Amino acid sequence: MSETLTQHQNEMSAAVSESEIEKVERVLIDQSVQVPVLFFYSSAILWLLAATVLGLVASIKLHQPDFLDYSPWLTYGRVWPAFTSSIAYGWACMAGMGTAVWLCARLTRVALRSPMVLVFGGVCWNIGVTIGVLAILAGNTQGIEFLEFPGFAQTLLFIGFSLIGVWVMVMFSKRRPGHAFISLSYIVAAFLWFAWLYSAANLTVTVFHIHGVLQAVVAAWYASGFFTLWLTSIGLGAVYYFIPKVSGKPIHSYHLASLGFWSYALFGGWTGMTRLVGAPLPAWLITASIVASIMMLIPVATVTLNFVLTLRGNTNLIYQSPTIRFVFFGAISYAVASLVGLLGSLRSVAEITQFTQFSVGQMHLVLYAFFSMVMFGSIYYIVPRLVGCEWLSSRLISLHFLGAVYGIGMVVFCLLIGGIFQGGGWNNPSADAVLVTDGMLPFIRLRTFGWVLLLASHFFFAVHFLFMLLRLGRPSGRPTLFASTHEEATH
Amino acid sequence: MRFPFLFTGIFATFALAWYGQTILPQMQLGNLQPQVDEDSGDAYPIDNQGIVAQGRKVYVSNGCMYCHTQQVRADQSGSDIARGWGKRRTVARDYIYDNPVVLGVVRNGPDLTNEGLRQFDGKPVEAAWHFAHLYNPRDKVPGSIMPSYRYLFEKRKISGQRSVDALQLEGADAVGEGYEVVPTSQAKALVVYLMSLDRNHPLKEVKEEGAAK
Repeated sequence: MSETLTQHQNEMSAAVSESEIEKVERVLIDQSVQVPVLFFYSSAILWLLAATVLGLVASIKLHQPDFLDYSPWLTYGRVWPAFTSSIAYGWACMAGMGTAVWLCARLTRVALRSPMVLVFGGVCWNIGVTIGVLAILAGNTQGIEFLEFPGFAQTLLFIGFSLIGVWVMVMFSKRRPGHAFISLSYIVAAFLWFAWLYSAANLTVTVFHIHGVLQAVVAAWYASGFFTLWLTSIGLGAVYYFIPKVSGKPIHSYHLASLGFWSYALFGGWTGMTRLVGAPLPAWLITASIVASIMMLIPVATVTLNFVLTLRGNTNLIYQSPTIRFVFFGAISYAVASLVGLLGSLRSVAEITQFTQFSVGQMHLVLYAFFSMVMFGSIYYIVPRLVGCEWLSSRLISLHFLGAVYGIGMVVFCLLIGGIFQGGGWNNPSADAVLVTDGMLPFIRLRTFGWVLLLASHFFFAVHFLFMLLRLGRPSGRPTLFASTHEEATH
Repeated sequence: MRFPFLFTGIFATFALAWYGQTILPQMQLGNLQPQVDEDSGDAYPIDNQGIVAQGRKVYVSNGCMYCHTQQVRADQSGSDIARGWGKRRTVARDYIYDNPVVLGVVRNGPDLTNEGLRQFDGKPVEAAWHFAHLYNPRDKVPGSIMPSYRYLFEKRKISGQRSVDALQLEGADAVGEGYEVVPTSQAKALVVYLMSLDRNHPLKEVKEEGAAK
């Protein structure tokens, strides 16, 4: 029981005292993963900054085609995949694996041995992403969405991932007897699925040289699996940990959680072909994916319900705790992203939204509004426990949150609505290409403002993180909460 | 939850999706061959090599597929045929030689499935138009959001006679007296590739939906 209580809760209610042994044990576990997790987070945040700049440049280029057009390295067709790759592999995977390693250590209650193996894995991963992004900018791409990196970089990524994945499995196998947490199931599943997903997709494309539309099938299956199985698994695992942990209440229903996990495992891998509605493929293949997308309503509904019910009666935490504010926003975005994804997969809707910015908007919903927000929340919770001091200023956290929410809100709104205008335009046979783009352009311009907000908010976040890394935070004790700001400021 | 059950479940669910989404389609479509006309012996599609294949590499390396698709949807799932992007929907056989396959995901610009057959102002589009359009898209299509591919061209001093493929540049793009702008081998290959794009060839598995609609 005391395991589910947090220091937050302790300090707020001061009702329950933890046993000293468990406290010491927890500190030792945190210390054992300190170096790799901080390394993963630092590199993730550097990639986040790089990706934000690339995303902003790509966004401007779409409405100002003359912007930075003198170099092949900066042409839209290279900057765009460089952006998607660096945010997906640089930021999302690194932040996700950092969070997963920490969660795994905490949940299995195993102090990590040889943490340098993880650091080495992270180094391999980072070198792989760097080579891959530079290769894309240099024009040396494999030309397959989300598998653009050349074979050499892909191999490095796989080596890095394997080292990290094996260590997670080792921790799992040495877990102390006790409750099997639902988050642990998600984390373990994420690593097993990604190992298979990534190696299967890469082997088919680069070793077996599958070509033609079958290559597009594998690519769509991989891209969807990357988001639906790999990132979402880690994201949901984190939400399942933080909501009960910070609120001090156990998950509302264990049966609901179990139903959510298994229905998600069953249908998640089938949703990929909704990206290919109308493509030159057998209809059954696409229909199977549409059906799977509809079935995904089961896990999405159960998971969301479980989160909301767990937090019921504790909604003040959304205002007080930075972690819960970010994580809860992410959890709600997960439901929204799934509904938008389902809508976009229906044939009658896809007739308009297929091949438009609408699908790009969907990607931003999953990758940013859901996953990245959950990762921000996790970082706000985990980092103080690794560096031994608290976040400097709740105002900076607040700025980060507002910038991220308004920024991504604007970007997603523009992409979804702009995409509908774009699709409607192409479906009007008498509208020429310029008329179609003119209908979409106001939204694309507005999207650039969203990116400026995101850039500002990521800058605040990165600076704040840097202070923590340099141990320049506030001394340990009271965690940095939103509600206590004013009190704190007057003292 | 018992753990052997957890592992088996994680593997079984994924194996099922992997089989259904990648192996089954491979079994169904993996052995598609070109269609050979019994009378003339002509095969379609053709495995283009040489300059067309080089142009394709330029297309991929510059990420053209992030804004242009190369697939025509059937009439019931969009207006692609009514727009004149093709006479029929494209099918798996059209792409058997394509690696990487550049079906594309977003249409920030028009579909290029049959770019080689394209008409502009009622006339077939010529190589010179493509060069000028790649050099400065807004010169040919005012209001276009396509970026300029000026870096695929070379400005050089005219030695002796002006090159035949030198661009006719006016206004802001004009270059000084005694200089000319010519396409590099990359630009030439790209244009040959674009002009080779033609997937209107009839195939037995798909009927033409044509201009009737």
